[in-house]
Amino acid sequence: MNANGRYLRLATGLVVIAALIVIPMNFNRYGLFILSQWAVMTIAAMGLNLTLGYAGQVSLAQGAFVGVGAYASAILTTHGWPLPAALGVSILASFAIGWLLGYPALRVQHHYLAFVTLAFSTLAFLVFRNESWLTGGIYGISNIPRPHIFGFATNKPLPFYYLCLGSLAIVSLAVWWLIRSPWGRAFMALRENPLRAQSLGVDTRRYTLMAFAIGSALGGVAGGLYAPLTQYIDPVPFNLSLSLDLLMMVIVGGSGFFFGPFLGAMIAVLLPEWLRFTQGYYLMLYAIAVILLLIWSPTGILGILDRFLANRRTKAASALRAVAKSRLETVQ
Amino acid sequence: MRPTILAGALFVIASASAAFAQSSGPIKLADVAELSGGGATVGTNWKNGIDLAVEEINAKGGILGRKIEVTHADSQSNPGVARAQVQKALDDEPYVLLGPGYSGSVKVTAPLAADAGITQIMGGEAAELTQMGDKFLFRTSFGQQSSMPKVAKYINDELKAKSVAVVWVNNDFGRGGRDVIVKEFARLGIKVVADQSTEAGQSDFAADVAKIKAASPDAVFIYLNEEESARILKELKRQGVTAPLIGETTLVGQKVIELAGDAANGARGHVGLTTDAPVELIKQFRDKFVKKYNYVPDHNGIKGYLAVYMVKATTDKMGKVDPKAFADTLHGLTIKASEEPGILMDVTFDENGDIDRQGFMVEVVDGKQVVKQVLPKLH
Amino acid sequence: MSNLLDLLIAGLATGAIYALVAVGFTLLWQTSQTINFAQGEFVMLPAFLMLAAMHAGAPFWLAIIIGILLSMILLGLAFKMLLVDPMLRHGVLPLAIATMALAIGMKEAVKQFFSAEASPFPSIVPTNDISLLGHVVSLQSIGVFVVAILAVVGLTALLNRTSLGHQMQAAAQNPTVARIIGVPVERMILLTFLINAVLVALASLLITPIYLAKFSSGEVLGQAAFVAAIVGGFNQVRGAIAGGLLIGVLDNLSAAYVSTQYRAAVPLIFLIVVILFRPQGLLGRSEERTV
Repeated sequence: MNANGRYLRLATGLVVIAALIVIPMNFNRYGLFILSQWAVMTIAAMGLNLTLGYAGQVSLAQGAFVGVGAYASAILTTHGWPLPAALGVSILASFAIGWLLGYPALRVQHHYLAFVTLAFSTLAFLVFRNESWLTGGIYGISNIPRPHIFGFATNKPLPFYYLCLGSLAIVSLAVWWLIRSPWGRAFMALRENPLRAQSLGVDTRRYTLMAFAIGSALGGVAGGLYAPLTQYIDPVPFNLSLSLDLLMMVIVGGSGFFFGPFLGAMIAVLLPEWLRFTQGYYLMLYAIAVILLLIWSPTGILGILDRFLANRRTKAASALRAVAKSRLETVQ
Repeated sequence: MRPTILAGALFVIASASAAFAQSSGPIKLADVAELSGGGATVGTNWKNGIDLAVEEINAKGGILGRKIEVTHADSQSNPGVARAQVQKALDDEPYVLLGPGYSGSVKVTAPLAADAGITQIMGGEAAELTQMGDKFLFRTSFGQQSSMPKVAKYINDELKAKSVAVVWVNNDFGRGGRDVIVKEFARLGIKVVADQSTEAGQSDFAADVAKIKAASPDAVFIYLNEEESARILKELKRQGVTAPLIGETTLVGQKVIELAGDAANGARGHVGLTTDAPVELIKQFRDKFVKKYNYVPDHNGIKGYLAVYMVKATTDKMGKVDPKAFADTLHGLTIKASEEPGILMDVTFDENGDIDRQGFMVEVVDGKQVVKQVLPKLH
Repeated sequence: MSNLLDLLIAGLATGAIYALVAVGFTLLWQTSQTINFAQGEFVMLPAFLMLAAMHAGAPFWLAIIIGILLSMILLGLAFKMLLVDPMLRHGVLPLAIATMALAIGMKEAVKQFFSAEASPFPSIVPTNDISLLGHVVSLQSIGVFVVAILAVVGLTALLNRTSLGHQMQAAAQNPTVARIIGVPVERMILLTFLINAVLVALASLLITPIYLAKFSSGEVLGQAAFVAAIVGGFNQVRGAIAGGLLIGVLDNLSAAYVSTQYRAAVPLIFLIVVILFRPQGLLGRSEERTV
């Protein structure tokens, strides 16, 4: 990637960020709510991407971790805690539970983590619903307050959207740093060839566990923001369906690509809007679309883009090679 | 990167098509209902009832000469989605908001409608909904705080039961009813000898019935959704439980009778709305519904139908289409079936949005719902 | 004590249902490395096909045959050719996720094209109850139990004792070598899917009268069967029976003795325990890790 290409990518990035800040100023409440939801879901999907796309583990419990974060945040903020502190607890709780869940489960082959997380998903829902002394049970927790950040109230949709956007930015930078670090490289080694990684001295189990725990912690962050976003939570949204939705987001966007979750979450949040005219058929069409996409490209949309770009580069390189070869031949 | 910009542009276009205030033209009603997910049957019936009413009213010229336009949105039986959909609907400034049916979804959307000053007519039955001090929320059916005491009274006075087994579905609907009636039983001095929660969609009730049987209650109070009611009735018959079985609309509905067959005979319940009521207007409604949709509606279908006619009656009373004065007009309003046949039965709305209407104690006899007692309107 | 026996019998009855659904699940895994998350929906669909045939005027016996045939075409042939074949080269995981999407699609299709309400379904087994050692059992449950056992015994015999079965297993475990020694791999895999399609149609026929025909009945059934298959032994068909019966009994006992609110938790915790200490399931064969 030459200097020009790099500047181009930087400029595009800045334009998008500016757009995300400026354009929503004209949105109505619904548009802002949807965008905030997109930001929150992207955080959860990024966590799952870390677990699935980079470390190669299937987690079907990401929705439950969002629930853990949401309940922690809701319980604490309705008792007067400030949101940043509540978020801290959400992160710690999700990380700890992820660690405890993953520790024994990762002793066995990889598809068994999927089953354990599947079971955990339902167990978490049962706890949320039955332990009403803590979670409000089936009645849920209402009147969750919107936080005051740096003195600004976020009761209105626009300020709260900026809070979500800001959180997304912070989380993105953190994940970007993580992937570029030696840890991140270890994660990718795990995904590509676990046996080889092991033979090179990488403690596969510890790194896999870390990836899963961090991924779950990000789910907790998302949940911690989800609670003040909707201002009412009950156990219903945090069941297996949410985990499956997040999984679809990561897969459709492109697992293992940094921007995959962004794209996947956008599609998952926007598609119901675009397909609304299809009324009852929308879910069917979504399912068919997902299947077709998976058949064509299991690495999602960014995977298609990646292959296309790689194709072009290969063709360009081959063309250059052919030119160089013909020059050599004429010289001789 | 590029898709993000594209999406951003689309957002701008979408939001640019803002709605303008309504001073003439069609009357906009926005409906948010459970059209998919666990509550699909509830929401679909509600929607069909609404559509039938709108079609009827428009055929006769609309409300005050203006046609009704209704939009339906799917809450997916998920309060978070309901919130988003209601927010979207409210941004369009409808005349009145209809739905949702699920009490959890109502709880999360009520503050939004109240903030926007738009009246919300919904199908939820949880007691707390009208106890939140919301001045814009109205019921279409009895709240559990009205219906449960009537059931408890029946169990106490007519059945003279001293012990009761309570079996309920573990969602906000079932739990709400269970909480209210258990309090009533305590007040009346009736002992609750079994308190079973069951799951929505549960198909195996052997263990639950075994526990009920072992407790030997004088009566069994059943508060499940329709399909599960059918299943537990079959299991109760199979295990030879002879205590009288009492419930509410979801125990003695047509659907339950169809699915449970013989096992439904003898079941009793309090119903606020039933297509089997000995009321001529309801019979006509039922025929119209069956003609249009090819199946017999449950009480949610009636609720949806009534919601639209509530809008008509209130607007007729005001003499103008005024969303701001709507809620105040409906509070304390009595709508008589003789003046507005669409309301099916006389009803009065109180300050909290609760309804006062006649109800029925029914029993299933030979596969048919038979009204044993008419519980008159209180005022 | 008589109460306990009642619960055991009820548990076995429910467990037989789970077992019947789990059999196809383990079969697909054992012979084609397919994790089918839509197995519950596969059992839900044939009943609706039969109902549609009856609405079109066919008598019950004809509707059954039509249902089985359509099942073989849609859930066997079409499933294999349109979904499994293109996806299997990408690996097990994308296929598993595709079946998740398929499950959603099937559910919505039935809800949209048929009805969101539950419909009754006629039973081929008489609906009376009989008295077994003083306890009441429904004939339908006995029917399910008998068919489940027969299915497992039959399939196990097929897979382990016949040359055809050996070819099927070879095709699954090492397709490359199997081709070299002359096993018609494609045909073997197709046969697996056809057998599964017939199995689910049979299961549908027996279970739907009890569960009622509803678009969402596949969810609970699928998850329970999934748990049963893993607990019993994912890579052995006989695991389905053990797992199914065990989960059914556990479910009933925990409802009675633990708590109805946490009833669903006990089998799940059991699942986690089994995965941790005996990942191949109670009756499964230990899988070697492929290098």
